[in-house]
Amino acid sequence: MDFASSLFGFLYQCGDAFAFLVLAACGLAVIFGMMGVINLAHGEFIMCGAYVTVATARAGLPLPLAILCGALAAGMVGLIIERLVVRQLYDRPMDTIVATWGLSLIATQGTLIVLGSSMQGVGVPLGSFTVGSYSYSTYRFVLMVAALAILAGLYLAFNKTRFGILARATIQLPHMAESLGVDTKFVYSMTFALGAALAGLTGGLYAPTMTIVPAMGGTFIMEAFVTVVVGGADIFLGTAPAATVLGVVKAAMTSWQGQLFGQIGLLIAVIIVIRVLPKGISGFILRERS
Amino acid sequence: MTSQLQFVRLLQGPQTLGRGPLFWGATGVALLAAVAYPLLADGYTVGNTVYFFTWAFMALGLCVVWGYGGTLSFGQTAFFGLSGYTYGVLTLNFGAAYGFTLVALLASLVFSAAFAAVLGYFLYFGRISGVFLGIVTLSVTLVFERFMAQTAGPEWHIGIARLNGYNGMNGMPPLTLPWFGGSIVLFPDVGLYYLVLALLVLTYLGLRILVNSKFGNVLVAIRENPERAEMLGYDVRKYQLGAFVIGAVLAGLSGTLYTAWGQYITPSSMSITAAALPIVWVAVGGRGDLTATLIGTLAVLSAFQALTIYGSQYALVVMGVLLVTTVLIAPAGLIVTFAKFVARMRRGRKEPA
Repeated sequence: MDFASSLFGFLYQCGDAFAFLVLAACGLAVIFGMMGVINLAHGEFIMCGAYVTVATARAGLPLPLAILCGALAAGMVGLIIERLVVRQLYDRPMDTIVATWGLSLIATQGTLIVLGSSMQGVGVPLGSFTVGSYSYSTYRFVLMVAALAILAGLYLAFNKTRFGILARATIQLPHMAESLGVDTKFVYSMTFALGAALAGLTGGLYAPTMTIVPAMGGTFIMEAFVTVVVGGADIFLGTAPAATVLGVVKAAMTSWQGQLFGQIGLLIAVIIVIRVLPKGISGFILRERS
Repeated sequence: MTSQLQFVRLLQGPQTLGRGPLFWGATGVALLAAVAYPLLADGYTVGNTVYFFTWAFMALGLCVVWGYGGTLSFGQTAFFGLSGYTYGVLTLNFGAAYGFTLVALLASLVFSAAFAAVLGYFLYFGRISGVFLGIVTLSVTLVFERFMAQTAGPEWHIGIARLNGYNGMNGMPPLTLPWFGGSIVLFPDVGLYYLVLALLVLTYLGLRILVNSKFGNVLVAIRENPERAEMLGYDVRKYQLGAFVIGAVLAGLSGTLYTAWGQYITPSSMSITAAALPIVWVAVGGRGDLTATLIGTLAVLSAFQALTIYGSQYALVVMGVLLVTTVLIAPAGLIVTFAKFVARMRRGRKEPA
């Protein structure tokens, strides 16, 4: 019984870390996989989603709807940012990083100016349950399910819908897709908006569990980077396995030495992985396959 | 004699803007003005000016790594913090007697260089792409910040130096020169000003020689076309690692001088906001040229300081806007774009079409 309950505890922590990594990284990974661009304002899209979620939830909307509002709002902002800035820089990926970092500065400090240093949050819903001598938050399970659901949803979206097929065609050979009549600009801007909306969804999902401050995106960004670097460019062959491996590493290190060592473990794992697999897990799988 | 002459000739070459009597005359005038400046201002203002100068080393280092090497490192502030903390820990433990602060300064630079060499080995020898290099170095910086931020408890100490978590370390001695008949303590005043100014001039001229030497030319060749440089027999990884270590040492020099200047160092010097600022300075001035970077850094820093009166969040928003507009409108940097424009006008006048 004691062994079983501590095993459950460890699996719960792994699942929790997995959910966090998948949710933190999915928006970033969609944009990176599509355009080869790292969006350094990713954390601020998460922040945007969290703020809108909390604001609408406190205005009386039920939490699931509020979270959707957060995702939609972040997606809209993403669409605007894509039009104004990112579109100008498609042939210069390094400059895109720099520009989105500028946007991140503007967003964090602008939010601080307009909305103040913190915002009253909403409590964690759904209560908790007990296994053995420990109690666990039910909402964390919802987050794990949400992470799996998002992966499944993205898989369906990229493989079964017309947009997904056009998007994959654009990833593979942009010029060929264009000459066959695909509006690649539209595909790019929709993908960017999708990535931003996923970031907003993450922000909304984690909003009840966190303090709502302008710099909250920073909590996610390191984990998101690490997962995308280890995973490589493909979200299904990369992000999901990377999140699984890193989730175990993080949970093990965290239960051994605490939160910070979980992050240090992630960092060391990523530095070793890039030395061995420079193109990430998905690059390795794709090379083996071909 | 001739070899000496060649050495001096490298001060101006294909990799740096600015040549000829006009440029060096202007540089001389600027240097004279900088030397005369403490005679015209009070000690407190001079001490504040040193603050600007301390950051310029990190900017010049980033210029070499990013502008000349073509690999974007977001982790310069990690070396800044690492060096600052090293200086703090060493001087708090061993004091400032017998010129030990200078030993601590050197040790902090060596420490930065060693850390950069290890990290750079994994990054460059893993041949990760440009985009990833930035985010991995940034991740290292952020973890470093979080690590230092949680060292508040009394169990976190090295020797007698407490790390003090988010409040940071303070109370370390300023740089102290041993001298006949008593040491000279360099408080943020005229003395420190001249030391840092001299270091800055030496660094600037040294880097000009470096980027116009064979090393710099190969570095630029790699930036322009890594495959071709490799085919010509250069080990791309070694040159880029070399540039990375030089950048780290200069960032470390900034960190140590800053710590000695203010006698404190905090983890927030490695936060994501702090890490963005060197990028702003270098990008706005023009990452492709040392002179443009130097002037741009000092100009942006003064503007930032002036805006901070209204609150640092406003100043940071302006920095963000500046960065985005520079990237969109003048990707090579405002000063470089302007200099090229002037050069084109002058050429145009000489040869009427």
